[in-house]
Amino acid sequence: MSFRAVSTIYKYEMLRTWRTLFQSVASPVLSTSLYFVVFGTAIGSRIQAIEGVSYGLFIVPGLIMLAILTQSIANASFGIFFPKFTGAIYEVMSAPISFFEILLGYVGAAASKSFIIGIIILTTANLFVDIQVAHPIWMLTFLILTCISFSLLGFILGLWAKNFEQLQIVPLLIVTPLVFLGGTFYSVNMLPPIWQTITLFNPVLYLVSGFRWSFFEVSDVHVWLSLAVILSFLATCIAIVWWMFKTGYRLKK
Amino acid sequence: MDTIISISNLSKVYANGHQALDDVSLDIKRGEILALLGPNGAGKTTLISTICGLVSPTSGSVTVNGFDIEEDYRQARELIGLVPQELTLSAFESLWHTIDFSRGLFGKPADVPYLEQLLKDLSLFDKKDQEIHMLSGGMKRRVLIAKALSHEPMILFLDEPTAGVDVGLRKDMWKIVHKLRDAGVTIILTTHYIEEAEAIADRVGVINKGKLLLVEDKDNLMQKLGKKQLIIELSEAIRVIPESLASYALVLSKAGNKLTYHYDTTADGTGITTLLQRTREAGLSLKDMQTKQSSLEDIFVDLVEEST
Repeated sequence: MSFRAVSTIYKYEMLRTWRTLFQSVASPVLSTSLYFVVFGTAIGSRIQAIEGVSYGLFIVPGLIMLAILTQSIANASFGIFFPKFTGAIYEVMSAPISFFEILLGYVGAAASKSFIIGIIILTTANLFVDIQVAHPIWMLTFLILTCISFSLLGFILGLWAKNFEQLQIVPLLIVTPLVFLGGTFYSVNMLPPIWQTITLFNPVLYLVSGFRWSFFEVSDVHVWLSLAVILSFLATCIAIVWWMFKTGYRLKK
Repeated sequence: MDTIISISNLSKVYANGHQALDDVSLDIKRGEILALLGPNGAGKTTLISTICGLVSPTSGSVTVNGFDIEEDYRQARELIGLVPQELTLSAFESLWHTIDFSRGLFGKPADVPYLEQLLKDLSLFDKKDQEIHMLSGGMKRRVLIAKALSHEPMILFLDEPTAGVDVGLRKDMWKIVHKLRDAGVTIILTTHYIEEAEAIADRVGVINKGKLLLVEDKDNLMQKLGKKQLIIELSEAIRVIPESLASYALVLSKAGNKLTYHYDTTADGTGITTLLQRTREAGLSLKDMQTKQSSLEDIFVDLVEEST
């Protein structure tokens, strides 16, 4: 294991974040604040409390999840897609490191970045509403697991994408709908029964529900079920990445 | 000289069925400059990419300093620096940052004095804080060399180092290559410029359609395959070649004042002595004489034509 190589990739990717600080950190914070102003304060003040939690407070975990899901995918996919696109990936591929080390560097950096954004958003939200976290350990567990597994998904997407269009289409057409329909802004109980059933097939629901439970002890599904879903999602991503590396998919001719 | 890279029966068939390498075997000697010469699409880049780990071989094996490129890829790759053909660089980072990244990627601890000297040697030092996209094409080419050398490799692969490079920069590049060789680095370069192989290589390998046609010391190759020409300039022009010289297959120039004789330097006798004697006997007086060695280009064209 070449820790130096892993930390080199990691630092390189983190540095890219600092170079593009505004779009990397400022824009998710800004958009979350906007959501907050619109949904939390303006509209939320007219919505009654959900299971004893005021609406402004209720949407905080969902907003954080929304941000870290999209950020993890965007960062990790771009991080590996861009060198593949410019051809600069040749250097990483010819370096004396294993695929696993490459993965640790890229996904580690993307996940760290998402985690930082998650914490920043939480802090920003705390300016609008007074947030109490009932189960901090659970909260961090869900946050970290989500950052890692969706960064892995982004990495897979970045490896798979042959062009910029493909790179954009998955987040746009699949992830965004899943996130919005995953109980980010509402409790699933508020939906008609048929939609409640359909929503149960949406993995994002489990993430948001578990994450929200760690704040308010209010959830759509049991917290252990949430944990099981996120862990199996993580395992699936690891299996796909493992297969990609084993076959040299899109990297090695 | 001992062998640093040993390639045995290496073949590569791409997924689309294209056979890029066909049973290539080659031993590369420690400290030499080997030029792989071949037309576009001959398999030069595939060969290099396979050794560097960018392409998986279909069959065959390669060892680098005794390490198998697949089983002991870490030890093998540590020794190698690769300069790719295309200017594949990220645009928005500084020159210094990119070479520092390369060094770390190969697991070497930071060494500021070494990297500074490297940039000085490549005349890049004053650009070290500039972003890559600010640099000219020639500079980018040198940045790629700096990246490849950042981890102090024993072996340097240069894939078409002077493709699309102006004459001045090409000469600079050759100087760099010689300097590295003097420092003990083994250099393998691909080129389709014959003059390049002729100017800097110790040995030349000719590759076409995935097959390694031959590998020879450059000088031997030139001698072995090189025909020489003897050009005899006459004081007075003639219209026909005298009967007594018919057996030499001489070529008379249009103006009638030059006779060209082709001979083989490796033959038992070149026939020059008797040719000159007979020329005198035929009553021709000589004004001047010169000999010319056929270039690597002629040799190369012959070989490639034979193989097609």
